[in-house]
Amino acid sequence: MGLLSLAVWLPIASGIVLLALGRDGSAGAVRWVALLAALASFLVTLPLIKGFDAGTAAMQFQENLAWIDRFNVRYHLGVDGISVWFVLLTAFITLVVVIAGWEAITYRLNQYMAALLILSGLMVGVFCALDGLLFYVFFEATLIPMYIIVGVWGGPNRIYAAFKFFLYTLSGSLLMLVALIYLYYKSGGSFDILVWHALPLALPTQTLLFFAFFAAFAVKVPMWPVHTWLPDVHPEAPTGGSAVLAAIMLKLGAYGFLRFSLPITPDASRQWAWLVIALSVIAVIYIGLVALVQKDMKKLVAYSSIAHMGFVTLGFFLFSELGLAGGIVQMISHGFVSAAMFLCIGVLYDRMHSHEIASFGGVVNTMPTYTALVVFFAMANCGLPGTAGFVGEWMVILASVKANFWLGALAATALVLGAAYTLWMVKRVYFGAIANEQVRKLVDASRREVLMLALLALAVLWLGVYPKPFTDVMQTSVTELLRHVAVSKIN
Amino acid sequence: MNWLAIYPEIVLLAMACVIAIVDLFVLHPLRTPTYLLSQATLAVVAAMHIAYFQGGDTVYGMQRMVVTDPLGHLLGFFAAVAVMVTLAYSRAYAAEREMLKGELFTLSLFSLLGISVMLSANNFLMVYLGLELMSLSLYALVALRRDHPPATEAAMKYFVLGALASGFLLYGLSMMYGATGSLDIPEVFKAIASGRINRSVLAFGLVFVVAGLGFKLGAVPFHMWVPDVYQGAPTAVTLLVAGAPKLAAFAITFRVLVEGLSGLALDWQQMLVVLSVGSMAIGNLAAIAQTNLKRMLAYSTIAQMGFMLLGFTPTVVSSNTYSAANGYSSAMFYVITYVFTTLGTFGIVLLLSRRGHEAERIDDLKGLAQRSPWYAGVMAIFMFSLAGIPPTVGFYAKLAVLQAIVTTNVVGYIVLAVAAVLFSLIGAYYYIRVVKIMYFDEPVDRAAIVASREVRTLLSLNGAAVLLFGILPGGLMALCAQAVVRALAT
Repeated sequence: MGLLSLAVWLPIASGIVLLALGRDGSAGAVRWVALLAALASFLVTLPLIKGFDAGTAAMQFQENLAWIDRFNVRYHLGVDGISVWFVLLTAFITLVVVIAGWEAITYRLNQYMAALLILSGLMVGVFCALDGLLFYVFFEATLIPMYIIVGVWGGPNRIYAAFKFFLYTLSGSLLMLVALIYLYYKSGGSFDILVWHALPLALPTQTLLFFAFFAAFAVKVPMWPVHTWLPDVHPEAPTGGSAVLAAIMLKLGAYGFLRFSLPITPDASRQWAWLVIALSVIAVIYIGLVALVQKDMKKLVAYSSIAHMGFVTLGFFLFSELGLAGGIVQMISHGFVSAAMFLCIGVLYDRMHSHEIASFGGVVNTMPTYTALVVFFAMANCGLPGTAGFVGEWMVILASVKANFWLGALAATALVLGAAYTLWMVKRVYFGAIANEQVRKLVDASRREVLMLALLALAVLWLGVYPKPFTDVMQTSVTELLRHVAVSKIN
Repeated sequence: MNWLAIYPEIVLLAMACVIAIVDLFVLHPLRTPTYLLSQATLAVVAAMHIAYFQGGDTVYGMQRMVVTDPLGHLLGFFAAVAVMVTLAYSRAYAAEREMLKGELFTLSLFSLLGISVMLSANNFLMVYLGLELMSLSLYALVALRRDHPPATEAAMKYFVLGALASGFLLYGLSMMYGATGSLDIPEVFKAIASGRINRSVLAFGLVFVVAGLGFKLGAVPFHMWVPDVYQGAPTAVTLLVAGAPKLAAFAITFRVLVEGLSGLALDWQQMLVVLSVGSMAIGNLAAIAQTNLKRMLAYSTIAQMGFMLLGFTPTVVSSNTYSAANGYSSAMFYVITYVFTTLGTFGIVLLLSRRGHEAERIDDLKGLAQRSPWYAGVMAIFMFSLAGIPPTVGFYAKLAVLQAIVTTNVVGYIVLAVAAVLFSLIGAYYYIRVVKIMYFDEPVDRAAIVASREVRTLLSLNGAAVLLFGILPGGLMALCAQAVVRALAT
């Protein structure tokens, strides 16, 4: 079994074992098994980076087996410089989230941990799949565990949120399914994504395919105006679910643009780039303003996620190396930062069962260590130099200034808005006088909580101060992708 | 005469009679000897079908009244297994409601005999005979609990509408006979292909044939009986109506329309498009409003059969038939996997029912995940499969059919595919609502779930199969393709 298969199936297999054997009576054992499984799943992804050859844009660690002969569907896995980081990110975030759910989940713990681990394996599968149908299977299958996580362990309005999540994202991806089948036909009976990359297509066909893919990925990212499911789901999801959703699931959509839209329909992508750029700028500015007026911390971070993902799509559709690389770095950094933001909110929620901004005030007085970490992540969320948030946004803004000064100027306002809504929230929740008796009784973060936040803080700092290892690995693949997109596929 | 061709049918007929007599001497309350004898018979029949299937020959018998080919045997195998599963699931339920009599077994076997006859029919008369044998057995079975008013009402409705539909079919077939001068399916095919037949008589007859088939498939607008019969019949019998007969409905659609009347494909495929879109629309929309689980599953069946029918629509595209075999084999894969998913779903309903309590409201599933995480998981797999979410087999069934119509590369068909996925999106709502009720709601009914080891194992295997064929669907798909290609070649 290859490394990638191991990275996909190890968490899924451990999830199934937990599901079959775990009981609430043996919660202690369940926790440790889940932790060990998550740790092992993370460790098996490390050799991917070690053995990665940054000098080539070709797919590496490939596994290619026959799967469904009748449709020539293959079990084809592989990673390039773009996807390899997401495999690691997924495994890492899963590890952190398992730690986060240690005590916060009080019932049906084995099912929760199992859902998380299975979800993690499926998402790794999405990033590794090089077969269109395999991609789709992983992409859709992620809905099931997430639906259960939100619906079982979520807040009071969880059922509405779970349905909205499921149906919204399913509606987008069903159109993609038709597009995949059409590509299968056009390529003479192949589901291989790499074959599709080389497939010449007429412009009208490309346009239809582009929009079918756009429907699936824009909902997942989510882009304005199909973003409305995200702010409804986040406040209802349990902390771990929110963290995984923001850190990785949103990336599935953005990754789809890189793997499908840009290389398969390059001409249509260039033709409709203005639309994507316009929607991204709206997301960055308008959603930034919406975030400013939120009364719920989780909703605020959800809107901030949409705004940050706007940077990602903006960077992709500028068709410059800086923009594309910036978008990818932004995806990784947002993965760390948004997970951290949600876990921080979770720490407060576990103590006070609220994420209303108004229920807090002066938390720093009772929880100093925790607040120090929160402020650090808040700075990263604003894009302060030296943190992960800065690198990606800076690259995208530079790229947009190069493309068009006014576009750059508009994108840059996001930094101001980001600082405004994040810092204002920090001020209201953490600083000032102690708001009420409950806040006075708060206890500072436990060692477990500090550990999970510190892990993320290290990652954020590393990516902020020394992003070179990240960008080096993706460099060749990004250049190759841009070269590919620049060549017309109209025959 | 070629007796070899109908050995499975002969075994079934003989054993059904033997079992009817043997049962008179059985005093056991659970009818164990009768039950075991029936299961053994079914196992033998299934084994014979699979052996014939592997032989792979096409043999005509009984003065060309019947044909045995891989298509018939593959479907026959699955039909026999479906009846086996049905009897196993429904035994305890039937015993608690004083329905476990010899008739249950005998009539089930006779309905399977009718199905077998339809599967191997090479003559319009055989199609009709098989259909009537199956239908009459099923009418009687629905009414088996005769002191139960809803069941009696359902039986009446089923009988009256079923007789009407049989009349339609018979009338249409007689038109065909009048026009072509033959009831033999290959002869009719040749006569139509010769181009000397009056098209308007054929088209007139075709409308009645399609209406009759539409009724048996439960396609809109001939679907009215489905919800009432599914809901009214005792669940054990609903299982029998919802399972193997769907395979037969597929088979006669294939035998009559494709093997006999494919010269009229341009006409009937348009009718099927209307039936199919109508079924998906009405089935999916009406299912949302249901509170009764059996009624919801009935509407879901209507929608699923509509999706399956899509596989028949690309028979003649841009005046060639390249897509036809692809479409039929996809439809066949769809119907086989659908039958086994439905059996499992009703198996869960039966599992939750007990003496004096019919677990047939959707609310009866509330909190099943807490009462029994295992069965809730199994049911969730069935629901995700019916909704067509990977990695369950239902996804590949939908994929296969969609693939068959998208690869025609004709705009109209691609629009049809988009419509089909949008309707399945609506369908996803009520399937995942069942998952929501099982997982997110608190249980109302906390009674322990009692079931024999046999039923528990079988249900788990059923769930595992739906998942396993979802991960490795290639084998069954290839078998279906092989069977359809053989059937078209002769």
